[in-house]
Amino acid sequence: MSTAVAQKRGLGAVIWDYLTTVDHKKIAHLYLVAGGLFFLIGGLEAMIIRIQLMKPDNNFISAGLYNEMITMHGTTMIFLAAMPLIFALMNAVVPLQIGARDVAFPFLNSLGFWLFLFGGLMLNVSWFTGGAPDAGWTNYAPLSTISPGHGVDYYVMGLQISGAGTLIGGINFLVTIVNMRAPGMTYMRMPLFTWSTFVTSTLILFAFPALTVGLFLMMFDRMFGSAFFDVGLGGNAIIWEHLFWIFGHPEVYILILPLFGAFSDIFSTFSKKRLFGYSAMVFATVLIGFLGFMVWAHHMFTVGMGPIANSIFAVATMAIAVPTGIKIFNWLFTMWGGQIKMTSAMLWSVAFIPSFTIGGMTGVMLAAAAADYQYHDTYFVVGHFHYVIVGGVVFGLFASLHYWWPKMFGKVLNEKLGKLAFWPFFIGFHLTFFIQHFLGLMGMPRRYWVFQEGQGLATGNIISTAGAFLMALGTIIFLINVIYTSVKEKKVSGDPWGGRTLEWSIPSPPPHYNFVQTPLVRGLDPLWVEKMDGKEGMTPAEPLGDIHMPNASILPFTISLGLFIAGFGFIYQVDDPTWLIAVFAGMAITLGSMLTRSLKDDLGHHIHKEELEEDIKKGVGKS
Amino acid sequence: MSSEDVLNPKHMPHDPEKATLEGKNKFIGFWFFLGGETVLFASLFGTYLALNGSTQGENTPEHLFGLELVFIMTMLLLTSSLTSVYAMYHMKNQDFKKMQIWLGITVVLGLGFLGMEIYEFYHYIHHYEFTFRSSAFGSAFYTLVGFHGGHVLFGLCWIVSLMLRNQKRGLNLYNAPKFYIASLYWHFIDVVWVFIFTVVYLMGKVG
Amino acid sequence: MRGWMGKFRSLFLFGALTMLLTGCGIENISALKPKGYGSELLFDLMLISIAIMIFVFVIVMAIYAFVLLRYREKKGQEHIVPKQTEGNKALEVIWTVIPIILLLVLAIPTVQATFDLADQSTQEDEGVITVDVTGNQYWWQFDYSGEEISTSQELYIPTNERVYLNMKSSDVIHSFWVPAIAGKMDTNPGENMNTMYLEAYEEGVYEGFCAELCGPSHSLMYFKVVAVSPDEYEQWVEDMKNIDPEATPETASAQEGQELFNNNCMSCHAIGGASAGVGPNLGNFGNREKIAGILEPSKENLVEWIVHPDEVKPGNQMPSELVTEEEAGKIADYLLELQHSDVGQDLPVQSVEE
Repeated sequence: MSTAVAQKRGLGAVIWDYLTTVDHKKIAHLYLVAGGLFFLIGGLEAMIIRIQLMKPDNNFISAGLYNEMITMHGTTMIFLAAMPLIFALMNAVVPLQIGARDVAFPFLNSLGFWLFLFGGLMLNVSWFTGGAPDAGWTNYAPLSTISPGHGVDYYVMGLQISGAGTLIGGINFLVTIVNMRAPGMTYMRMPLFTWSTFVTSTLILFAFPALTVGLFLMMFDRMFGSAFFDVGLGGNAIIWEHLFWIFGHPEVYILILPLFGAFSDIFSTFSKKRLFGYSAMVFATVLIGFLGFMVWAHHMFTVGMGPIANSIFAVATMAIAVPTGIKIFNWLFTMWGGQIKMTSAMLWSVAFIPSFTIGGMTGVMLAAAAADYQYHDTYFVVGHFHYVIVGGVVFGLFASLHYWWPKMFGKVLNEKLGKLAFWPFFIGFHLTFFIQHFLGLMGMPRRYWVFQEGQGLATGNIISTAGAFLMALGTIIFLINVIYTSVKEKKVSGDPWGGRTLEWSIPSPPPHYNFVQTPLVRGLDPLWVEKMDGKEGMTPAEPLGDIHMPNASILPFTISLGLFIAGFGFIYQVDDPTWLIAVFAGMAITLGSMLTRSLKDDLGHHIHKEELEEDIKKGVGKS
Repeated sequence: MSSEDVLNPKHMPHDPEKATLEGKNKFIGFWFFLGGETVLFASLFGTYLALNGSTQGENTPEHLFGLELVFIMTMLLLTSSLTSVYAMYHMKNQDFKKMQIWLGITVVLGLGFLGMEIYEFYHYIHHYEFTFRSSAFGSAFYTLVGFHGGHVLFGLCWIVSLMLRNQKRGLNLYNAPKFYIASLYWHFIDVVWVFIFTVVYLMGKVG
Repeated sequence: MRGWMGKFRSLFLFGALTMLLTGCGIENISALKPKGYGSELLFDLMLISIAIMIFVFVIVMAIYAFVLLRYREKKGQEHIVPKQTEGNKALEVIWTVIPIILLLVLAIPTVQATFDLADQSTQEDEGVITVDVTGNQYWWQFDYSGEEISTSQELYIPTNERVYLNMKSSDVIHSFWVPAIAGKMDTNPGENMNTMYLEAYEEGVYEGFCAELCGPSHSLMYFKVVAVSPDEYEQWVEDMKNIDPEATPETASAQEGQELFNNNCMSCHAIGGASAGVGPNLGNFGNREKIAGILEPSKENLVEWIVHPDEVKPGNQMPSELVTEEEAGKIADYLLELQHSDVGQDLPVQSVEE
C-alpha cells in the first residue's frame, strides 16, 4: 500500500484523498477495509451465537439479544461483508482485466461505496440506540412490522441506503464491461472473473429493485401507518416473503458467481493451463444467472403455495444443478494434465471443490419440495447455506485475496502463514457445519435460542461450537498475515504468479492510469498469448498520448452523509415530529450535492505525454 | 486539444449524445438503470394486484375512480412524451432554441399532469376519506401511483435544471447526453403511466 | 413403507443408508426415525436424493483425488508448459446429460410426494377428523371442529387415521412441525389458511416444534402430539366434552385456587368447552406432559410460571405478578387437579440422558 507516500503527505491528506477518490483501485481498498471490518463484526456475532448454543438450556445471552444477534449476523455477513469484499475484488481487478483506465462512472463508483458504508454504519448504530433488528435477516412480516423499538427501522433504512449503493455499483460494472474493453477484448475473450462480474451485475440490476420496493413497503407500514402487511386492514404478509426472495435468491448467485469467476482464473493460472471448456463455463454462468430468477419460491415451500407451484419451483431449482455441475467438472479438467502449484490461493480453491459440492448436493436435496417440509427452517438449511456461502464465497474471498493481493498492494501474502490460516479454518468449517445437517433432521429448528436437554442435540452442538473456534483461529492467523506481510515482506514484480490475463501485464500496484498505452488483445488469456510468442508484455493498441482521467470529488461522500442523516430523521420522527428537521436537513444535503454535481461541469483532467514518458523511464509500463 | 475544443467541435456529429465515451457510457448506463426501474415498478404493480381487492369497505376502485380526469391526464402525459421527441429531434439538428421551446412545452404538460394528480388525491382524501391508511388497497394505490408521481416530479426538476443551466451556452457534447437521457427518463415515465392507466384505472373500473 | 419404495429399501445402498441415518436422533422427535405417513414418505425421498448425491460426490471426488495426486508440479518441472486444451465436446455432453437424467429420477418422486401430501380428497368424508390449529405467541391452540373441544399444547389424534389440520395464526407467522410424523407447514395470519394432514402409525407422544421465527420465545414454543388408539381417542373426546368448569376441587387449597382462578384468569383462559379467546384453554391441565410446553409438571414450576411468566417465556402475553406467590400456589393446586381424561397417560415420553 501507499504507506510510504502516506508518511510524506501527512495523514490528513491521505484521509482527504480517500474521501474524495474516484480511482477504482483506491475504492477497492475502501471496500476491502470496510468489508473486512464488518466481516469481523459478523464473525464476532457468530461466535456469540455458537457460545449460546454450546450446551442445552444455556443462558449466555437473553432470548431477545439472541434474536438480534442472529439477525445482525446474517444481515452483516451478506450485505456488509460478502458483497463489499466482492466489490473490492471487482474494483481492483475488472478494469485491469479488460484493459481499461477506470470504470465507466468513477463518480458513481465512489458514491456506491459511500452509500454502502453509511448504510452499514446505520445498521450497526442500532446496537447502541436501544436494540438491533430482531426479526431475522429475512425480516418476515408481521413479526417485523410489530417488532417493538426501532431495530427493524434501522434494518429498513440501513439496507435501503446500502442497497442503493449496490445497485449503482452493478450498473457501473455493466457499462464498464460493455463499453470500456481494450481493442481486441471481445466478449468471448474476457477472463471468467470479468464474465461473472458482468452476470452478477445484471443480477444486481434486476434483483435489488424488488428489495427496494419491499423495504419501502416495510418502511411505510412501520413509520407511516400503511397496511401492506397488516391483515387487520386487508394486508397480506406473504407479499413481503415474495418480494424478499425475488431479491434474495438472485442475491445468493450475486454472492457466489464472482467467486466462481475468480476460481476459474486461479485454477487456470496455477495449473498453467487454459480454462477447460471456456465457452461452456461462460454459458453455465449466464444460465445460472438466468435460472436464479426463476426459483425464488423454493424458499417458501411451506408457506402454502399449493402442490403445483411447489412442484414447478422444485424442478426449476433442480435444473440449476446442471450448469453448476458443468462448472465443477470443467474446473477439475482444467487441472487435469496441468502443472498444479499449491500456493495458498490454490489451496483455498482446491478446498472449495468438495466443500461446495456438498453444499450443492444438499441444495438439490432441499429443492425436492416435499422433502423440504422436513428440512425447511431447520439446521439442515443452516448447514446447507453455510456450505455454499462459507465453502464457496468465503473460501473464494480468501483465495482471491491471496491471488490478487500482490496486484493490489505489491506484496505477496506470506505463504507459510497463508497455509497456517487455511487448515484450522478448513477443518473448523467442516466441524461446524457438517453436523448441523443432522442436527436439523434430528429436530433442531433454526433460530433457536436454546435447545432442551434430552432431545439428543447436545453432542452435535458442542462439536459445532468447537469448529467455530477453529474458524476464528484461522481468521486471526490471516489477519496476522496481513500485518506481517505489510511490515516484513518485500515488494514483488507485477507478475508474481506467471499470470495469463491483462492485470499481470502492468506494475503492482498499478499506476493511477493503469495502462500507459491501451493494450491490444490477441486472444483469450492475452498476456499468456504474448508470452507464448516470446514477448515481454502487451503490444500497445495506441501511440503514447495524453490520458484523460476523472477528477476527485467529495460529493459522493456528502450525498451519502445526507441520506444517513435523513435516515435517522425518518426513524425517530415517529416518536417526535421535530426529528423531521433531520429528514429535511439530510435530504437538503443530498439533493443539494446532487444538484451541484448536475450543474457544475466536471470535465476531468489530462495526464500529459511528458509525464508519462517520465514514468516510463522510472519503469512504469512493464510488469 | 483542450476539453473545450473537444466538446465544441466545428461540425456537431449527428448523434451528439453518443459522440464521446462519457456520452456512450451515460446512454447505455441509463438504459440499464431503466431496466432496474422496470423491476421496481413491476414489484409495485404485483403488490397492487395482490391488494386491490382488500378495500375494507365501500371505497373500491369502481366506486372511486372517474375515468374522465384520468383520461385527460393520460393525454397530457402522452403528448408531453411526443413533445420531448420533438425536442430531441431539434437537438440532433443543432437547433438549441427550438429544443428549449419543446422541452418547455413538455414541462408545462408535465406540470398539468402533476397538478391534476394532486387534485385527484386531494379529492379522494377529502371527498371519500380514502387515504393511505384506510385499507391495504389504499396503501397499494397511493404507493404505486405516488411512486409514479414522484418520478414525474423528479423528471420535471431535472429537465428544468438542465434547461436553466445550459440556457446561455447552448448545446455541446458534454450536455447533449444529459438532455438525451432526461428525455429517455421522460418516455419511461410515460410508459409506466400507460400501464397504470390500464391496470389501475381501466381494470379497476371495468374488471 | 407401502408402495414401490419398499422394494428399494432392501437394496444394499439404501439399506446401509437407512441404518446409518436412523441411528441419529431420538424416537418420536427425529425426522430420521419416521413413524407416520408423511415422515416416512419424506424419509424415502431423502434416501433417494442422498443416494443420488453420494453417487455424484464419489465420482467428483475420484477425479479430484486423481488430478491432485497425479498433476502436482514437482521439483524441476517449473519450466514445463502443459498442453493448453480448449475443452472436449463429448465430455461436456456427458456431464450435462447424466446430471439431467439423475435429476429427473429425483424430480418424479418429488412431484408425486408433493401432490400426495397436498391431497385433501377425504377431508369432507364422514367421520374424518379436522382440527383447527392456531399458532399464537407462544402456544398452540387446537379446536376440534364440530366437537366443542378446544385444547392447547397437546394435540390428541387417533393412530392410523388421517387427521386434517386447518392452520392459521392469530399474530405472526409460525410453523407447525412434528418431524417424527409429518413435515411442517406455516401458520399464516389473515386469509392464507393452510391445510395438512397427520397420520401416525404408532401410539406415542411426539415432539412438536415451532419452526418459523416468531419472537424471543420462538425456541420455547413446543407442543406434543399424542397419538392413541381410535378407541382411546373416542374416550378422550367423551371426557373432554364432559368437562365441568364449575366442578368443586377436592382440597381446600384447590377450592380457594378455583376462586382465585375464576377472578383473575378467566378473562383470558377457559376450562373445557370452546376456545378461550386470548389465552389457552386449560382443560385436562393436570395431565399435561409439560407446563407451558417446556417446564416439568410440578407445583413449584407452575407457581414460577404463573408469577413470572416473562422469565420462563420472554415476550409472552401473560401478565407478570398478577397474583402473589401464595395465591399462585393455590391456583397451581387447583390446576394440577384438573385431570379430566387419563387417556394417553400410560404412553412413555422419549428422551435420553447425554
